[in-house]
Amino acid sequence: MDSSRPSDHFDSPSPSITQPKLGFVGYLRFFWRQLTSMRTALFLLLLLAFAAIPGSLVPQQTSDPNGVVQFKTDNPDLYPVLDSLQVFNTYSSVWFSSIYLLLFISLIGCIVPRTKHHLAALRARPPRTPARLERLTGFTSISATADAATALDSAASLLRRQGYRIERFDGSVSAERGYLRETGNLVFHSALVGVLVAVGLGGGFGYSGQRVVVEGQQFVNVLGDYDSFNPGRFFSSDFLTPYRIGLDTFDVDYETENQNAIGLATYFSANVETTDADGKTDTASIKVNEPLAIGNSEIFLLGNGYAPVLTVRDPDGKIVWTDEVPFLPQDAYLTSVGIIKVPDGLAEQVGMIGLFYPTVDTLESGALASTFPDLNDPLLTLRVYTGDLGLDEGIPKSVYALDPVGLTPIAGGDSDVASLQLKVGDTVDIPGGLGTIEMSEVKRFASFDVHHDPSGLWVLIFAILILGGLLTGLFVPRRRVWIKVKPGTDGQVTLEYAGLARGEDPGLENAVTDIAAKHSQLLGLRLNS
Amino acid sequence: MTELFETYSVIAVYSALAVYTLAFIAFTLDLAQRSAPAGQVTKSGVVASASGGRTTALLERLATDAPATGYGSGKPSVPLRLAMGFTVVAWLLHVAAAVLRGLAAERVPWANMFEFSLTATAIIVGVFLASQFWQDLRFLGVYITGFVILLLAVASVNFYVPISPLPQSLQSAWLVIHVFVASLGTGFFAIGAGLSVAQLFQARREATGAGPRFLATLPSAAALENLAYRVILVGFVFWTFTLIAGAIWAQRAWGRYWGWDTKEVWTFIIWTIFAGYIHARATRGWRGSRSAWLAVVGFSAVMFNFTIVNLFFKGLHTYSGL
Repeated sequence: MDSSRPSDHFDSPSPSITQPKLGFVGYLRFFWRQLTSMRTALFLLLLLAFAAIPGSLVPQQTSDPNGVVQFKTDNPDLYPVLDSLQVFNTYSSVWFSSIYLLLFISLIGCIVPRTKHHLAALRARPPRTPARLERLTGFTSISATADAATALDSAASLLRRQGYRIERFDGSVSAERGYLRETGNLVFHSALVGVLVAVGLGGGFGYSGQRVVVEGQQFVNVLGDYDSFNPGRFFSSDFLTPYRIGLDTFDVDYETENQNAIGLATYFSANVETTDADGKTDTASIKVNEPLAIGNSEIFLLGNGYAPVLTVRDPDGKIVWTDEVPFLPQDAYLTSVGIIKVPDGLAEQVGMIGLFYPTVDTLESGALASTFPDLNDPLLTLRVYTGDLGLDEGIPKSVYALDPVGLTPIAGGDSDVASLQLKVGDTVDIPGGLGTIEMSEVKRFASFDVHHDPSGLWVLIFAILILGGLLTGLFVPRRRVWIKVKPGTDGQVTLEYAGLARGEDPGLENAVTDIAAKHSQLLGLRLNS
Repeated sequence: MTELFETYSVIAVYSALAVYTLAFIAFTLDLAQRSAPAGQVTKSGVVASASGGRTTALLERLATDAPATGYGSGKPSVPLRLAMGFTVVAWLLHVAAAVLRGLAAERVPWANMFEFSLTATAIIVGVFLASQFWQDLRFLGVYITGFVILLLAVASVNFYVPISPLPQSLQSAWLVIHVFVASLGTGFFAIGAGLSVAQLFQARREATGAGPRFLATLPSAAALENLAYRVILVGFVFWTFTLIAGAIWAQRAWGRYWGWDTKEVWTFIIWTIFAGYIHARATRGWRGSRSAWLAVVGFSAVMFNFTIVNLFFKGLHTYSGL
């Protein structure tokens, strides 16, 4: 945009001009002018808003990866088309990125010349008083009996007190104020660039990782101890500050009185013991909305659930497998699903799919369901399979999934035997004389999200600058005011006042009449025009 | 106590709806009266814009302390005064409903879809009433009351949920700030959109002479555009604050300040549209009706974000309670 104009200046209609022939450099300059023009910036801005829409209609890989998988299953024909258009990664797609990069280039092309121009304006003196003030905003003329020099002096001091920068000319005072408007404007736009740079660069030095910890277990902040880990572009493993946290207890409060919200969790707290690199220990609690800052990272409480403690013995009573198995919650009453894989020690490989009900009840249909999320009457049911679990091929398998295809059901499911049912302390036989399984107790687990994002602080600083720049850039009026003293006959003078808005300034007229009134008051005059 | 307050709150909501309906009828009657032949209208002196030059207008304004738009400096019609009276009464009932709901729940009354609607509409009417001290915007009464009746009625009938305690994710001071300022911004955008619609009608009348006759009693298209711009500027500042406050809360609650959650996306889209609106005024060929359309599109996006996104889109902001 034209750098010599304030941002909200209203352009006059474009005059029709005959264009000269442009060479290569001429065309480069032409495209640069086009790109940095306000029309193009506005077009890109609106295009950006439009381009953001698909990402809200279709699940995104970053925020909802399961949704993307589901979408693929539900729309097998549409998925490849959308995927090739990068719609599942809208906000890092080529088309979305190119719009905002063009917009920011256009923005920088606007900020730089405007900053230069503003720096010059900050040093400049107010301009010469126009010869005729009559056509300017708020023109007021008063004839009075006063000394011309005194009138000029008081005009100058009045304007200076109101924060104007003044320049005295022969018979008039020229004043300008509101330089902060353009300063705020430039701060706002520069801070937008700042946010983009901070996000782009700072994000690369961060990382996030997830880990499920059962009560009594510990988590050490090294790469190998995470369940999943997303490093930034410039990540190296020495970004991980050494510490250890152990989950002592996990507290939950459930609503029991309000009939409309029975079972709603109103309070979670993961009570942990922390150990830093020097071996100093401390206790802390991690809650929703209250992350724990430790090392250079923050630990967030993301989820929780139950982890039954299960032990499998062979027919001789020898323990072949024992674990605290985190079960993934499926509903608000924490009906949870867990997978048990026993590859060694029994006559055959055994896999089990477990359903855990913290407070079990039988529905009218005969199906089991959980009716409250707390451990009032816990029950574990197990479908049991034998066969090759596929663990010996060296291919990593999810611990949260068991594909029963190719396995032989021996309890529950398609088998003739009912599912195994265990209450706390129960030991039951695995069908076929394979051995026994025991549920000795039920612990809780917490899932933690560990984040390190050095961009956060910078983004916050720029965000505050954005807000500050917006407020000053929009609401500080930039205006020029002139006061003219015209000597007349018999000691009479004519005092003239007028203003000029530089940018949006709805209060200018009132400001000028106010100055006229105050000035008259200073001179001891009554308004007699 | 809780149930008593909850019941009183519901009674207050339905009473407010009834009185808003009276206000809506009275506002409509006022517009109908303004459509009367010009001879009757001048009696109330509403065609001030046609009379006198600059200086006289200035003097008149100083003398009568009438609004700067130079319209409606005469005595308001009986229906208009009734309408404003009804609106104030309905609003007091409306605010009482929100306060009672808050007292019953022992928290701020904006934690699910019914409560968002209840409080946000109260804020919209509050902004409308407060803006009368600044400018005479009573001609927007039909639009504001009509809009609020629709939203509040749908909320009370379809979105009503009994009081339930806050899930821990909402137990934060940011719930108070973030949601309240977002509602405040919505109030300003609503009035801005109303002014822009009036501007579009007025611009068409000024160009072709077509349109309802009451438009003659409204400010000129240029004056309406200036008013809309100033109202939307305030809304834009609140919206910017909402975005920033939301990002700070997201950082504390979810460990990231921005994650392109559906609600975040739409808040961003709205911010961008209104940023475009503000720039459009300085862009050749965009001032006037084109920028007015942007204001209307922007407010439609706000409503889309509030209704469709809250109810049907999957995301982290699933607090509708439905």
